[in-house]
Amino acid sequence: MNLISLKKVTVAYGNSTVLRNVDLNLNSGEIVTIVGPNGSGKTTLLRAIIGSVQPKTGTITLKPGLKIGYVPQRLNFDRTLPLTVQRFLSLSDPVSRDMCIHALQRAGVPQLLKEQMSDISGGQFQRVLLARALLGQPEVLILDEATQGLDQPGSAAFYRQIETVRNETGCAVLMISHDLHVVMSASDQVICLNGHVCCAGTPSAVLSTPEYRELFGTGTGGALALYRHDHDHVHEHDSSGAEAVT
Amino acid sequence: MLDDFLVRAGLGGLGVALAAAPLGCFVVWRRMAYFGEATAHGAMLGVALSLAFEQSIFIGPLIVAVLMAWTVSLFSQRNYATDTILGVFAHSALALGLVVVSFISGVRIDLMAYLFGDILAVSGSDLAIIWGGVVLICGLMAWRWTPLLLATLNEELAYAAGIKPKREQLILTLSLGITVAVSIKVVGILLIAAMLIIPAAAARQLARTPEGMVAITAVVGCISVIAGLNAAFHFDTPTAPTIVCVSLIAFILLFVMNANTNSKAKGKS
Repeated sequence: MNLISLKKVTVAYGNSTVLRNVDLNLNSGEIVTIVGPNGSGKTTLLRAIIGSVQPKTGTITLKPGLKIGYVPQRLNFDRTLPLTVQRFLSLSDPVSRDMCIHALQRAGVPQLLKEQMSDISGGQFQRVLLARALLGQPEVLILDEATQGLDQPGSAAFYRQIETVRNETGCAVLMISHDLHVVMSASDQVICLNGHVCCAGTPSAVLSTPEYRELFGTGTGGALALYRHDHDHVHEHDSSGAEAVT
Repeated sequence: MLDDFLVRAGLGGLGVALAAAPLGCFVVWRRMAYFGEATAHGAMLGVALSLAFEQSIFIGPLIVAVLMAWTVSLFSQRNYATDTILGVFAHSALALGLVVVSFISGVRIDLMAYLFGDILAVSGSDLAIIWGGVVLICGLMAWRWTPLLLATLNEELAYAAGIKPKREQLILTLSLGITVAVSIKVVGILLIAAMLIIPAAAARQLARTPEGMVAITAVVGCISVIAGLNAAFHFDTPTAPTIVCVSLIAFILLFVMNANTNSKAKGKS
């Protein structure tokens, strides 16, 4: 059953086309990772799925009544506002203490309930945001560069947690990442985006495609090549307009 | 009981402390200290206009506060930082107000009463307006509490929850205008910002949640008013400045206490 389905979606801001003919399917319980350079339209793609941007052509179909949990990029919180983790979790909708603890356990940080939001580390902060998204019992988790500002071990631990959450709750995951090598192992499907879908498939299938070889280089092979790829190639369309948008 | 001017002064002061508690917290959280100051200074122009048109002195400041907020948001999109725009209009409004007052002939105006407050002259009808303002502000805050908090915390989260941060900002500005308007008689234009900021800043030391901070701010404000009134009566000092001095003492006490507990907690671990 497709939770989210995109068919030939094209999105433009004014005259600049940011996404061109993008196809994407997200099945229940699946982890799909979108990778791509800055300005490749990753965030625009998420916005189109959430509905804050309308596609110019193509169709976006969500399962009726689909519950989405959204984990944003790192937020800036001010020390001037006192706020415990528990109060933060119950900010938009009142939730019980037990539900807060349960969600924090799922996110791997049950000990944080009484801590101040301004006192916890970057990695813990992202897990609290994850717990907040989990409180709505989502069928799909959407993560927008959720590990920005975390170091590699921190990011890796965060993505392992995402995988655990998927295994325990069965929710699908759609995430954007630039930590390409870190994300690879946890993904069922990788979509490499650069205005259009360059290549897509299981991590191992993607690894063996000629497009992948061209994009990510052949010298080092495997994860390291993926990590180093820098998208300096030119496509048939003009991607410079997209640069300014995301 | 209301016949006693000290009782009326106390009730007026407590009203201001309660109205200023939630607003003061938002001023501290949103770094709007200068905005609060500017709204208060702008109230001088409001007072002058009220006197010129023979309206209640609560109406003018309210209108000027809203106009001020609107002007600031208009200009801050055009190459100026907000504090620059506030600096331009706040002090101009104060100066303009003082100039306009000088044109009003026939009425003897006690300028000092508006600048520093005249809490001992609070009348029964003043009390009605002050407490009406308190009820209005508490109602507004209770109604918009969650959206206001979310918009203060993070605009992105607010948008995701279907909240419009701009509208919440407008509600805050209106409430600030009401607070300033009802505080003029009690603490005066020049000390309103102190009533907004000092109790909230003192409460930050102890608070662990936003609601807790508002409650502590209200307690600190009320204690400052009562203790300040008593001290002013005893030592024969000007009332509003004495109230502000007491709240400063509360701020310092809480700061030192908190620093002590923090260093002890660190020593243990």
